[in-house]
Amino acid sequence: MATTISRSEPARTGGNLMLIATAVMAIILALAPVAGIYPVFVMKALCFALFACAFNLLLGFGGLLSFGHSMFLGTAGYVCAYAAKSWGLTPELAILLGTIAAAALGTLVGALAIRRQGIYFAMITLAVAQMMYFFYLQTPFTHGEDGIQAVPRGRLFGLIDLTNPYAMYYTVLAIFLAAFLFIYRVIHSPFGQVLKAIRENEPRAISLGYDADRYKLIAFVLSATLAGLAGATKAIVFQLASLTDVHWTMSGEVVLMTLLGGMGTIFGPVVGAFVIIALESYLAGFGEWVTVITGTIFVVCVLAFRRGIVGELSAWWARTRN
Amino acid sequence: MQALFGQLLIGLINGAFYAMLSLGLAVIFGLLNIINFTHGAQYMMGAFIAWLLLNKVHIGDWQLGYWSALVIAPIVVGAVGVIIERTMLSRLYKLDHLYGLLLTFGLALVIQGLFRNEFGSSGLPYQIPSLLQGGVNLGFMFLPIYRAWVIVASLIVCLTTWYVIERTKLGSYLRAATENPALVQAFGINVPRMITLTFGFGVGLAALAGVMAAPIYQVNPLMGADLIIVVFAVVVIGGMGSIMGSILTGFGLGVVEGLTKYFYPEASNTVIFVVMVIVLMFRPAGLFGRER
Repeated sequence: MATTISRSEPARTGGNLMLIATAVMAIILALAPVAGIYPVFVMKALCFALFACAFNLLLGFGGLLSFGHSMFLGTAGYVCAYAAKSWGLTPELAILLGTIAAAALGTLVGALAIRRQGIYFAMITLAVAQMMYFFYLQTPFTHGEDGIQAVPRGRLFGLIDLTNPYAMYYTVLAIFLAAFLFIYRVIHSPFGQVLKAIRENEPRAISLGYDADRYKLIAFVLSATLAGLAGATKAIVFQLASLTDVHWTMSGEVVLMTLLGGMGTIFGPVVGAFVIIALESYLAGFGEWVTVITGTIFVVCVLAFRRGIVGELSAWWARTRN
Repeated sequence: MQALFGQLLIGLINGAFYAMLSLGLAVIFGLLNIINFTHGAQYMMGAFIAWLLLNKVHIGDWQLGYWSALVIAPIVVGAVGVIIERTMLSRLYKLDHLYGLLLTFGLALVIQGLFRNEFGSSGLPYQIPSLLQGGVNLGFMFLPIYRAWVIVASLIVCLTTWYVIERTKLGSYLRAATENPALVQAFGINVPRMITLTFGFGVGLAALAGVMAAPIYQVNPLMGADLIIVVFAVVVIGGMGSIMGSILTGFGLGVVEGLTKYFYPEASNTVIFVVMVIVLMFRPAGLFGRER
C-alpha cells in the first residue's frame, strides 16, 4: 500500500476556515425549506451525505475500500423500521436500535475483513454484504421484495410529531450535523492521525508500536455505526426499509458519491451525495441510462478526476493563494 | 436419489463456470494486480454475442451458430478487453490497485446498462446446438448431453490453461513477470505487451464461459452481475496464488452448492459466502494462497 488513494487534504487551510464552511453549510441547509427547496429531496440527500461521510471515514482516512457498506445502511434500516412498526418504539429509540445493530454487524464483519488487505478487503466486504442481502431476501421479518412499508414516523421523545414535514426535516438536519461534527472531530483526533499514518505506511506504524489491526477495526466499526445511523434515519424519513438499501448497487453508489465529491476531504462526500441524488432524481425518467451515466462518471473520475470536486477546488485554492 | 444426482450435476455445471471465471480473474490479477470487476459483464457479452450470431447473422443460407460463437465471442470480447487495457487500465498501474477495481466497476455498470437499454432485462432463450441435444439415461439419473459437454469442455479449457502457464516456456515468462516484471523486461521480454495479451486472454475466457452458459441459463444483461460476486468469494476462498487452486476451488464449491440445494435449499444462495467466512477465520490467505 505504498502509493495510496489520492490525498487532497486542504493544505494548511486551518481549522477556522473549516468551521466557517461548516457553519455556512448548516445555515444554507437550515434555510433550504424556507427557500422553497423540496424538503424530501434534501432529507434524502442528507441521509446519503451522512452515509458517504461514514464511508469516507474508512476509505479516505483509513485507506480501506469497503464494497459492502450497503449492509450497514440496510441492516439499520430494517431493524429501525421493525422496531418502530412492530414494537411501536418512539423514533429516537428505533433509530438508536438500528444504529446499534449496524455497529454489532460492523464489529463482526470488520474483525473478519481486516484479516486481508487491499483488493481482498474489498472482495470480502462485497461477498459478506451479498450474503446479508440473501439473508434479508429470505428471512420473514423483512417481507422480502415488499420491504417493511408504512413505518410510522411517530413522536420524537414522545413529544414532537414527526409527521409534520418541518419537524422531520430539522430532526434529520440535526442528526446529520451532529454526525458530521463527530466525524470531523474523529479525523482530527490523535486516533485519526494514527489512522492516517497506518494508511500511509502500515509496517512503519506497526514498528512505532501502534496496533494497526485495532485501529482499523475501530475505524471500521465507527464507519459502520454512522452508516447505520444514516440507514435508520432514512427508514423513518421514507417510512420504508427495502432490499434496495442492502443491494450491492447501493454499496457502489456510496463509493461513487465519495469518489466524485473527493475522498479524504471533509466536505467531499456531502457534495458528492447531493450531486448524485440530484442527478438521479433529474434522470429518473430515463430508465437504464441512469446506470450508464453513473458508470461513466465512475470511469471519468478514476481516469481524470481522482481528487473529486472538493479535492480539485481545494487544490485550486491552494494554487491561487501561492 | 435422482434429485441428489441432479443437484450434484447442476453443482458441477455451476462449478465449471466458477472455475473458468476465477481462473481468468486469477491470471489477470497475477500480472496486472487488479481485480477485474467487468469480468461478469464480459461473460454476459460472450453469451450475447452467441445469441446475436445465432439469431441475427446469416451468411447466405449458412447460419453462424454455437460452434462459431465458441471461437468468435472470445476473440471479440478479448479484443474489447485489449482496447480497455490499452486506453484505460494502463494509465492506472502506477496508482493504488483499488483504482483498477473502481474503473472496472464503472465499466461494468456502463456495459450492463447499455445491454439493458438494447435488449431489456428479461432473458432471451438460446437453443442447445442440435449435435448436443438429448441425453443419456445412466440408470441412476438422466444426463443431458449438453451438460456433460459443458463439464468436459470447461475441464479441458482449465487444464490447458494450467498446462500453458505451469509447463511451457510462454507460461514461465508469465510466471516470472508476475514475480518481478522489471527484471523480466530487462531480459528483453516485452512485458507491457504480455500484460495486454494476458488481460485479453482472461477476458476471452470469461466470454467463452458466457457462450457455454447461454443454452443453460437464459441470456440476460444481468446474468454476470450477481455471478461475479460469487466468483469473488470463490477467489477469496481459493486464494489467487495457484492456477490449479482456482480450478479445484471452483468445481469444489459448485459441488458444495449443489449438495446444499439438496439438503438445505434455503442456504443454497449463501453457502459459498459462509464457506468464505469460515476459511477466512482459519486460513486468511485462502486454501491455496500465500500471503503477499
